[in-house]
Amino acid sequence: MTTKTQTNSLYNWTDERLGLSELAAFARHKTVPVHAQSFWYYWGGISLFLFLVQCFTGVLLLVYYRPGAEAYESVRQITFVMHFGWLIRSAHAWSANLMIFSILVHMFSVYFMKAYRKPREFGWLSGMALLGLASVFGFSGYLLPMDELSYFATKVGLQIPAVIPFVGPAIANMLRGGPDVSEFTVQRFFALHVVVLPAIFLPLLGFHLWLVQRHGNAVPPSEEAKPPQERKSIPFMPNFLRKDLAMWLISLNILALLASVFPWSLGRQFDALAPAPAGIHPEWYFMSPFEMLKLLGSVLPGEAGEIAGILLFTLGIVLWILIPFYDIRKESGQRARAAHYFGLLAVFALLATTVIGYWTIR
Amino acid sequence: MMSDPIVTGGHIHLPEGTHLEPVAQEPLEPGEITTRRFFLAAAGAAGLCYAAALAYPVYRYLASPEEMAMEATAVTEVTLKDAQKLPAGSVLMFKFGAAPALLIHHEDGRWISMTAVCTHLGCTVQYEPQADRIHCACHGGVYNAYTGANVSGPPPRPLTLFKVAVNQAGVEVSRA
Repeated sequence: MTTKTQTNSLYNWTDERLGLSELAAFARHKTVPVHAQSFWYYWGGISLFLFLVQCFTGVLLLVYYRPGAEAYESVRQITFVMHFGWLIRSAHAWSANLMIFSILVHMFSVYFMKAYRKPREFGWLSGMALLGLASVFGFSGYLLPMDELSYFATKVGLQIPAVIPFVGPAIANMLRGGPDVSEFTVQRFFALHVVVLPAIFLPLLGFHLWLVQRHGNAVPPSEEAKPPQERKSIPFMPNFLRKDLAMWLISLNILALLASVFPWSLGRQFDALAPAPAGIHPEWYFMSPFEMLKLLGSVLPGEAGEIAGILLFTLGIVLWILIPFYDIRKESGQRARAAHYFGLLAVFALLATTVIGYWTIR
Repeated sequence: MMSDPIVTGGHIHLPEGTHLEPVAQEPLEPGEITTRRFFLAAAGAAGLCYAAALAYPVYRYLASPEEMAMEATAVTEVTLKDAQKLPAGSVLMFKFGAAPALLIHHEDGRWISMTAVCTHLGCTVQYEPQADRIHCACHGGVYNAYTGANVSGPPPRPLTLFKVAVNQAGVEVSRA
């Protein structure tokens, strides 16, 4: 037998058992629409790439990280003793931020293209769940180095669930593992960050990606209005895939540049008796909700304000999540316009509160 | 060369009786072939650079403890403070570089030091004063407690002896 026939028979053997040719046929027939807003199609893929970077660098950090009382010392060792440890830690931190950013871009592009409409409601819901999990990833990962900043950020962050009436303090204590942030907190945040969250995130991500394959890319209403002959598309294999991978390469370059030129810093070890450092503030992706709560607290002072703030904020998020069940008609009508303005309001509120937040910490 | 084929609409309706002839691809000019080859070679080289730029830091990162251990094995001498007070017929375990080692004060007053890593499969051996021998519990290897020679069992080689110098302050152990 020649090599070619050997390869062929190996392929046939595998194909008979796994159905590879069906997959290949599916990939061959998959197309991606081309229009003025096609650029936004890349952001889901970029988020996926950055998530893969998180898995890779996260496992590398896991090799030397020790949770509990030794947490700070082990991160110090990773950053200053292990070869290139600073780079791997920096890449993990930068990629986390870039991933949250690209998920947000992905979400808003889906929102304004109205890609959440039938039959893509589950895509929207699973995507929102993934964003929620990504922010819990961010919040729990932020504590793990146990330096001053992470200590106070977690302390403040866990005060927010604490104001929920009746059950709040119990929830906060359960998350903290006691009345104050301590080595018990870092130990359980570690379990959350490396075991619990990935175990939920990965199947959900698989579901999200499967839905994209099932329904294909949504086109914005402006494209949908065109007759089918006027809509354009390109084959996924290899044309779109090539562009997608080019985006991944660009993302990798930007990440490498940021991680090496602006290495992530490690503050002083936390000290429960030390005062909070000046200019302390939440991560940029928590700045907006934090500021909204602060603003509402100043309008309605006291505990009532805090509770009202959380209620209003929760209501906004619930409305946002339920948008596919409100804006259902394909024809642009009053509801479609209302959803559009709601989206613009959300973007404006996010940007404005983030700017105010950074302005007031200076 | 890299432009994407645009598919318009879903179906193409052709007048009946039309035959589609495959468009004959024009043979590539020799110049184009060289350009394409050059492009592929350049892309491959760039890919290798990326792979190396990723693999090198990862390898060095993972190999860090190994390098630290290598630095530790470069040790040629260990001073064991107050070890001269070790009673006769007993043993002191200590680290010579990265590996465990034995310091035996025999009943006859002789001081012997050797590595404690079994030459069979790397278990840590122990000194048995009553039998006056060195024994490895993993597979029953036995060594002479004075010379380090492998006496019985699976060990293929003797244990390496160190030089011992006893003074008022402690015991100095060095590579022979």
